[in-house]
Amino acid sequence: MAARNEAPRRVVVNREGPILVEGPVEVVGDDGTTTRSDRFVVAICTCRRSRTYPWCDTSHRRRKPAGPSESRPDGRQPQEGEEDPRS
Amino acid sequence: MGCGRTRLPDAGAVRRSDPYGDDLQLLLYVLYELHYRGFAGVDERLEWDPALLGVRAAAEDVFLDALRRDCGSGGKDVAEAVDALQLEPVGDDGHSVSHHLQREGELWQLREYAAVRSLYHLKEADPHLWVVPRLRGRAKAAMVAVEFDEFGAGRAENVHAQLFADLMTDLGLDARYGRYLDAAPAQALAVVNMMSLFGLHRRLRGALVGHFATVEITSPPGSRRLARALRRAGAGPAARRFYDEHVEADAVHEQVVRHEVIGGLLEDEPELAVDVVLGIEVTGHLEDLLGDHLLAAWREDRSALRTPLAQP
Repeated sequence: MAARNEAPRRVVVNREGPILVEGPVEVVGDDGTTTRSDRFVVAICTCRRSRTYPWCDTSHRRRKPAGPSESRPDGRQPQEGEEDPRS
Repeated sequence: MGCGRTRLPDAGAVRRSDPYGDDLQLLLYVLYELHYRGFAGVDERLEWDPALLGVRAAAEDVFLDALRRDCGSGGKDVAEAVDALQLEPVGDDGHSVSHHLQREGELWQLREYAAVRSLYHLKEADPHLWVVPRLRGRAKAAMVAVEFDEFGAGRAENVHAQLFADLMTDLGLDARYGRYLDAAPAQALAVVNMMSLFGLHRRLRGALVGHFATVEITSPPGSRRLARALRRAGAGPAARRFYDEHVEADAVHEQVVRHEVIGGLLEDEPELAVDVVLGIEVTGHLEDLLGDHLLAAWREDRSALRTPLAQP
């Protein structure tokens, strides 16, 4: 916890991205688990798509469809754990 | 080069050389290396030798002219260029090395990839530090904060270059600095030479910032794929840690570089927008050339290196 005489901790919110919090940060999940990061700024996932939750892994990004010549050689759609950010 | 008996190439010969070829890229790489860690047995004063700097300037003109010609749009819309970087293709677009390695990469290809990338990752974030004295205020504070993270936030064992050396050791590669320079293709040298070029010239500070933003923005999804490729190939924990760290770190760096470094720089010097866009475009262009080279070789089941690696 920051001492009272220090500047307030800055939190930057962004409609399309993670919440940025000046580190170090501890995040307590609803299951009671605590995750800690000592980074100078920590990006906390708000879209819930991150595979490294609670930290952002850029899974919130918009996707562009692969073009006709760019489809997968086997014609499959991305499977869970591959490229679908909502997996 | 060490004792003045070797004749330097004249400016005409440099101008006639292929801007992306082995000769010009190796020339630039060797001359730039004098500013990093140099070479054993080479006089350290050659870093500022006027004759060598003259050759370097001629080679830089050839390289930069080619880059402007081949990929410089002259555009000034930084927000549009950055937005384009954040659009992730769904699935493999056929040109992505990380998609290939994730889907079907074999261990020998991952080892070649690491050897090629070691040219940069063993000096990770070094070329970008040169921009710091040329920035002010927000841009400077944010750039230094990101660089502090790259250099392990005060802990030597967490310096990203060290994490990469650990990855190389895990893959049975020789992690000594410069070990794979001779084996690396010109396309790999060109990527590092671009960073040195942008870093060493104050006039290219906008391009350096655009380049750095491109690296940080494109890194998390690519790193996630490479971490997965290493897991699938059965690589050890140190090999996986490098890319796991880059997913989390660069998701932060991306935000800070975009809003504070680029935002701060353009607030101070809005006329540099065209250079920021150039840096973004050049990075994409040279990464595409390298990726196409690697994938063309691997699809034919042959080494992408000038000299294949020894078995681990």
